[in-house]
Amino acid sequence: MTNLLLEWVIKTIVILLILVTAVAYVTLMERKVMAFIQMRVGPNRVGLGKFHLWGLMQPLADGLKMIFKEDIVPLQANRWLYIFAPVLSLVPALMTFIVIPYGGEITLFGRTIELHVTRMNVGLLYVLALTSVGVYGIVLAGWSSNNKYSLLGGLRSSAQMISYELALGLSIVSVLLYTGSLDLVDIVNAQGGFHGLGWNIFHYPLLIFVFIIFYIASLAETNRTPFDLPEADSELVAGYHTEYSSMKFVMFQMAEYLNLITASSIATTLFFGGWNGPSVIRFPFLGPVYFTIKVFFLIFLAMWIRYTVPRFRYDQLMRFGWKFLLPASIVNVIISSTVILFWR
Amino acid sequence: MVNYVPVLLILIIAVGMAAIIIILSRLAAKNRPTREKLMPYECGVEPVGTARERQSVKFYLVAMAFLLFDIEAVFLVPWAVVFRGVVKSEAYGSLKYVFYGEMMVFMVVLFVGLAYVWRKGILEWNR
Repeated sequence: MTNLLLEWVIKTIVILLILVTAVAYVTLMERKVMAFIQMRVGPNRVGLGKFHLWGLMQPLADGLKMIFKEDIVPLQANRWLYIFAPVLSLVPALMTFIVIPYGGEITLFGRTIELHVTRMNVGLLYVLALTSVGVYGIVLAGWSSNNKYSLLGGLRSSAQMISYELALGLSIVSVLLYTGSLDLVDIVNAQGGFHGLGWNIFHYPLLIFVFIIFYIASLAETNRTPFDLPEADSELVAGYHTEYSSMKFVMFQMAEYLNLITASSIATTLFFGGWNGPSVIRFPFLGPVYFTIKVFFLIFLAMWIRYTVPRFRYDQLMRFGWKFLLPASIVNVIISSTVILFWR
Repeated sequence: MVNYVPVLLILIIAVGMAAIIIILSRLAAKNRPTREKLMPYECGVEPVGTARERQSVKFYLVAMAFLLFDIEAVFLVPWAVVFRGVVKSEAYGSLKYVFYGEMMVFMVVLFVGLAYVWRKGILEWNR
């Protein structure tokens, strides 16, 4: 029991450290990708002493700078809610990752370690529930700032997130019809066939439509362009976090990028075989490598979309979510269940 | 149940991390508030009126529609999880068509609900 507890503590801390580092470097990656798409160089100065290291120390410098920024609580703000909101947005974003398997079993120091913090038979529901809690952080931030831009941003954000959550939930239902389990570990293990290429998307080609709906909805859930209405810089300054400065602002940014990483991980797990890949059975340490590559490819795709597609107008956004994605995902559930009933 | 212990663990660690971040920035940063700094930001001019104004009723309508549809989506989840097992096993015979058909009826009800909301104009934003 103590051994198990110790293993959990170590795994939890390791996964948190990896996540925080990943978030820091996803911000750098975003700036670099943006720069290259816009034919610029991007941050390339911050390094160690004489060595520029392609700007790899930029996130560290940013973090240090943000710690020393003045932390302002506006006079008219609702003080405690104002401080609590970023916490409420960061904590669920950090918590989702413990059910996602990022590798098979590896043997380390003569001990077999499963590369996921925990497994539960409601894993996917746990992730969905936590991402819904994240909406509260945004709404509270918008309301407690007592600023018109923040309030509008918060309201828009909540309306957008709940609208696209429907399409997200229903597209996950289509996947569940095929996998028959909510346990993410089971879902990944079932995709290990064909020399590690029995991914759901290859095995059930109909899922490609479900994936497209899922990906669009998860872009909207994570408030990324073309769905970044809540923080449309040109009309709402910065949306719900207009009034936030210093590390509270960083916490919102972290939560946003964590949500992006989580959404990409869930997409990888559900559609692209999680950590499965060629010869992963023989070399188990390849699991995390494949997983990271797939997740970062999806993150790159999100960035690519961000710098290619212009922003939606608000009524277009709502119309698209309710009148196209929602019916499309319901139709997907119907088609998937019919296919399973008569063929698969 | 023991599998849920890490949830508690990571909750504690994550809240601790958030608290440390906030306290750290409190300790490290200089704090020199002035009247202008503590005003709500409105592009640098004096704020006009209050932010606690009435908002469009559309947001509430969307929230209500969401509640209904989300409950229906949650209702689909347990059915979806067992669907394959039920349909593929021999034990249920032709009952599997009932199992399938009932949910299709429910789906039609869902569509009727969506059509009603659509028709009532809740999904129109520029009216």
